[in-house]
Amino acid sequence: MSIINLHLKIWRQENSKAQGRFVSYESGPVSTDMSFLEMIDVLNERLTLDGQEPVAFDHDCREGICGMCGAVVNGHAHGHKNATTLCQLHMRHFSDGDTIVIEPFRARAFKVVKDLVVDRSAFDTLIASGGYVSVNTGGAQDGNAIPISQKIADQALDASACIGCGACVASCPNASAMLFVGAKISQLALLPQGQPERAKRALDMLNTMDLLGFGNCSNERECEAACPKNISIRHIARLNREYIKAAFLSD
Amino acid sequence: MNITHFFASSVGKKAIMSLTGAMLGLFLLTHLAGNISMFFGRESFIAYAEHLHSLGSLIHLFEFGLLIVFILHVYYALMLFFENRKARPVRYAVDRSSGGSTYASKTMPYTGAFIFVFIFVHLMNFHFTDHSISIADIVRNNLQNPLLSFYYVASVFALGMHTSHGFWSLFQTMGINHPRYDNFLQQGAIVISVIGAAIYSSFPAFTYLFKSFLL
Ligand code: SF4
Ligand code: FES
Repeated sequence: MSIINLHLKIWRQENSKAQGRFVSYESGPVSTDMSFLEMIDVLNERLTLDGQEPVAFDHDCREGICGMCGAVVNGHAHGHKNATTLCQLHMRHFSDGDTIVIEPFRARAFKVVKDLVVDRSAFDTLIASGGYVSVNTGGAQDGNAIPISQKIADQALDASACIGCGACVASCPNASAMLFVGAKISQLALLPQGQPERAKRALDMLNTMDLLGFGNCSNERECEAACPKNISIRHIARLNREYIKAAFLSD
Repeated sequence: MNITHFFASSVGKKAIMSLTGAMLGLFLLTHLAGNISMFFGRESFIAYAEHLHSLGSLIHLFEFGLLIVFILHVYYALMLFFENRKARPVRYAVDRSSGGSTYASKTMPYTGAFIFVFIFVHLMNFHFTDHSISIADIVRNNLQNPLLSFYYVASVFALGMHTSHGFWSLFQTMGINHPRYDNFLQQGAIVISVIGAAIYSSFPAFTYLFKSFLL
């Protein structure tokens, strides 16, 4: 373990209506074993003791599985480390004296609530528009009654790794949500349970995405590079396929 | 869902970009193939041009179709460009690539605009011009001018950049992406673009450098 000191420039914004601005802070001594969020915790402790407003940021599990955390760190959603959420980004990836600029995810569909906290309920709206399977309750079925090939199961599982963090939107030059929507549509389109609502899901989710004010995908592949769960743009291609098919062939 | 709704959706608009882009790309390749006749000397180039003109109304029909395709491509590109700008009203203070985008993909709207202007210049130079002299002389008159010749090479370079992303992107948009061949498509788009741009730029370069070219 070693100790580093950092110059922080953090976006501060009182509420969604207020005018935000960058405020500079000195991190004070930071252990390289800390996570990025712990580094902000330490700063917040100091700010609180000084009678100042702590930096608001989202987090929950702090182990890279819930998708709550996220900010743009030096121009990278979730920081510069590949396949890592912000809570799993450790301070050993920074050097003493670094300047770190921390800003909230930016998109028309993600409003800043306060400081680094953004409202990502647009993703909930998207899920509600079709990212589910309808199951009529009754006696539980035997798990092995529905055969699924290993290949398909693997692909569906890869798509299901999406934690809904929103980094794809944040890193997309067009603030498009295609990777998120693609992951959800793929996951369910691949599995037998998703078949009954397959066409309707593709149409509804994509149309909802358009209405929510996300941009149009221009195949820049930034989402794939920034995604903490390595979701592939192959799922965007499947979404395109599903949508085109549903638009022309479904009843 | 009706079809007008499809073409108003983001995937539908991009499908138009993809299909019109593919058609424009095919046109570029046939145009290139025809122009190669320049390398077989003045006679074969003129023969090729006359052969085209002998198709008569067929060629006009083709030109009209091409114009429609081109207008659609530009119109939808503009629409997508402005919608996408609106999707992020507040820009990042520090904006870095995470490694997905390329120089070509980032500059698609700008290379597109450059090509748009070039097409006008090109049509003024070769289409809406005095055709009482032979096509070989029209080429020589235009492209022996160093400025214009350089401008043609620069435009072809922009075109190559545009297609190096576009030729892959159009497949992805139509949902064609598979680990088995996606790499091939990505590399293939670049290879075709480099070769195409190299041959295209050789026409202005040769005309300017070798004063007896097409004589
Ligand atoms: S696709 Fe990746 S970046 Fe987008 S929400 Fe899911 S996990 Fe986050
Ligand atoms: S806090 Fe749960 S993924 Fe980071």
